Amino acid sequence: MIKFFLMVNKQGQTRLSKYYEHVDINKRTLLETEVIKSCLSRSNEQCSFIEYKDFKLIYRQYAALFIVVGVNDTENEMAIYEFIHNFVEVLDEYFSRVSELDVSFFNTVFHGTWQAHSSPYQIGSCSVTQAGVQRCDHGSLHPGSPGLK
Amino acid sequence: MVAPSLKLQDLIEEIRGAKTQAQEREVIQKECAHIRASFRDGDPVHRHRQLAKLLYVHMLGYPAHFGQMECLKLIASSRFTDKRVGYLGAMLLLDERHDAHLLITNSIKNDLSQGIQPVQGLALCTLSTMGSAEMCRDLAPEVEKLLLQPSPYVRKKAILTAVHMIRKVPELSSVFLPPCVHLLHERHHGILLGTITLITELCERSPAALRHFRKVVPQLVQILRTLVTTGYSTEHSISGVSDPFLQVQILRLLRILGRNHEESSETMNDLLAQVATNTDTSRNAGNAVLFETVLTIMDIRSAAGLRVLAVNILGRFLLNSDRNIRYVALTSLLRLVQSDHSAVQRHRPTVVDCLQETDASLSRRALELSLALVNSSNVRAMMQELQAFLESCPPDLRADCASGILLAAERFAPTKRWHIDTILHVLTTAGTHVRDDAVANLTQLIGGAQELHAYSVRRLYNALAEDISQQPLVQVAAWCIGEYGDLLLEGNCEEIEPLQVDEEEVLALLEKVLQSHMSLPATRGYALTALMKLSTRLQGDNNRIRQVVSIYRSCLDVELQQRAVEYDTLFRKYDHMRAAILEKMPLVERDGPQADEEAKESKAAAQLSEAAPAPTEPQASQLLDLLDLLDGASGDAQHPPPLDPSPGVALVYLLDLPCAPPPPAPIPDLKVFEREGVQLNLSFIRPPENPALLLITATATNSSEDDVTDFICQAAVPKSLQLQLQAPSGNTVPARGGLPITQLFRILNPNKAPLRLKLRLTYNHFHQSVQEIFEVNNLPVESWQ
Repeated sequence: MIKFFLMVNKQGQTRLSKYYEHVDINKRTLLETEVIKSCLSRSNEQCSFIEYKDFKLIYRQYAALFIVVGVNDTENEMAIYEFIHNFVEVLDEYFSRVSELDVSFFNTVFHGTWQAHSSPYQIGSCSVTQAGVQRCDHGSLHPGSPGLK
Repeated sequence: MVAPSLKLQDLIEEIRGAKTQAQEREVIQKECAHIRASFRDGDPVHRHRQLAKLLYVHMLGYPAHFGQMECLKLIASSRFTDKRVGYLGAMLLLDERHDAHLLITNSIKNDLSQGIQPVQGLALCTLSTMGSAEMCRDLAPEVEKLLLQPSPYVRKKAILTAVHMIRKVPELSSVFLPPCVHLLHERHHGILLGTITLITELCERSPAALRHFRKVVPQLVQILRTLVTTGYSTEHSISGVSDPFLQVQILRLLRILGRNHEESSETMNDLLAQVATNTDTSRNAGNAVLFETVLTIMDIRSAAGLRVLAVNILGRFLLNSDRNIRYVALTSLLRLVQSDHSAVQRHRPTVVDCLQETDASLSRRALELSLALVNSSNVRAMMQELQAFLESCPPDLRADCASGILLAAERFAPTKRWHIDTILHVLTTAGTHVRDDAVANLTQLIGGAQELHAYSVRRLYNALAEDISQQPLVQVAAWCIGEYGDLLLEGNCEEIEPLQVDEEEVLALLEKVLQSHMSLPATRGYALTALMKLSTRLQGDNNRIRQVVSIYRSCLDVELQQRAVEYDTLFRKYDHMRAAILEKMPLVERDGPQADEEAKESKAAAQLSEAAPAPTEPQASQLLDLLDLLDGASGDAQHPPPLDPSPGVALVYLLDLPCAPPPPAPIPDLKVFEREGVQLNLSFIRPPENPALLLITATATNSSEDDVTDFICQAAVPKSLQLQLQAPSGNTVPARGGLPITQLFRILNPNKAPLRLKLRLTYNHFHQSVQEIFEVNNLPVESWQ
């Protein structure tokens, strides 16, 4: 089961966070800083799975942004690894060459994309298909431009 | 609100522009004040914008609870923009702990039945994220209706909402079970994926559902086969593998269905072999599918050939250059090593190579697996590798490595000498990280190997001469030198080159240990006792030893002082007995855990001092006094050196009194509560056939003038223990010593964790209701050790 999904940049600023198990608000920042610290201390040759407290962290780095997924023991780590990349590909399609700025500014939109594209993740299991781009156009993002003017 | 409110993007700009944490906080607090004012004014036009800003601020970690009611208002509005932000806010800000969440049930119900797909989608998303048990029960019929809708978008979400509902309210499985089989016939991957997740959830929760779904195994096999054999399809292919996520999920479900079930496992065999051989492994997606296949093969009752195939796949993974794959391979092999030991053994060299990895996750896994692979035929080679690893491994792995090596050495040592060598090596390299009982184990081992006394004492002496900082090593060395000092000075030993050791050198070394600031108090104790023993073993006169001993008579450490005084008295008044008291220890029999054994020995000594008749000879009485003193010393629970029981045992032989192993002493009762004549006593029983079990009988008595009614006693223990309360004998204790209430607690303590007990009593007495909560102190140590 997926416990949380984070997009954090190298300076430790959270760009997107989704928790599937309740974590107190003041503990969240602490969790995020610790997670990013353990990811930053890894080099490129090391594997992408870290054991942290009683769950595993699976992370992928995209330029200055780290996408970290915290799972428990029952998940297939490599499938999650693939999923992270899939998610980024969908975002890329939608925003045409998505960057960290996009994530910061269109944060609420990302939540929307997240809900639409990977709705199974609401319940913490991995199931996504490539047709996510089409799905993005439905539902939450319908009123055209993503900004909330 | 005078000034126009900031747009979300402007707010983000401002926050990013803040140079320090304090500035950021200032900006955010100002904005939150605006938002709060706006909510108070109830401006409907900009409400969604304010909430969006609030959600952003919430993500950064600031409190945002005042936005909860606004979410409700936004959800109830008819504009889609409002609803969207409102539902998002509900997902992020509301959850079961707040009572406000129930208020959106009605809105969700309305939205679900509206028929506008995006709105239904939003409602379903929210329900599946934060739906509580009551909400799920209320809305289950709506969701069930949506499962049969024609549009795949809504059906997908409805299925996943169903999964969430089943997790919250397992009774709803009966509602969602029937549509599942029907849904499996769909072609749309999203729906299929959702259905498989739903079926997995149902099967995990109830064995009845599991049996029901075994029927669909052939269908699942068919779906998977189509996926694997169909050619390239752009819509669902990821790096050449056709929908790996669906494949992984189906494999997981097959694993659950095939576990412990011959028939299903047989249906799957062919398919699993096909997937295992046909999947393209050049990219991560293919490897993910292959990994899941291997896990499934290992879990179900598969054919032998298939299992060998699985282990070989894992072996291939181990050789892969990608570290992620090596990591999963090591993890899975660890799971397999119990059941398919010989198959995993074949990959031992590769595993040992992985020990050299710089990556912390990998080397930890490799260490665990290597330790699991040690058996009697490869123990020498493996130990060499592991010892080399111990010297260079990172500090957090050292303790595990050291204890692993010691355990493996104990189980598979080919010869005693090899065993002693190995332990010595571990103590010199990683002495500070070994477990506490390593010292005791080693002394016992050496004591038992008669032919190796000379060898071990010589090696220990050399090791000690080089380095006196590793405490366990120093303790063992001191003990050995004390016991076998004469062998050390003899000078000849076949197994090691002859070494001329002078008496003075030995004494000087022990004194150095005593005086070193690195030595722990326990180590000093060992050294002092060793010096005493040497006084009988060495030929020279004992002036030097007497001097040292008398210096320590005024040592600040009470333990040392006590010993020094005793030894000094031994020199002065009982010199004729010194030789007998300090003669060589007999072998300590090890038939149970060390603690039990020591307890038995000290109890034997205690029994002795109780049972001894009033001594007629002054000698015997002085001896018994000495015995009491020594007994006091052995009561030190912190570092129970194996030394202390030994003089007691030697004395037993000397006095020739019967020494039958005593029955475990009964644990004394404990009075835990007293108030106005109402008393609660606890009595403890440890049944000998089940050492982890403790039975406590709580007895409530009443010596006052009024009855005690409605007496309820509740108990709590730490999480590592299990408590079972049996029904009390009643809930009234009549006045003036009437029939007491008894209640039995059963506590299971397999880890021998310290027992702590908290009791809560409620009763009516003297027309008042009394409630007392307290923790029981002074629990006897025998109740949990």
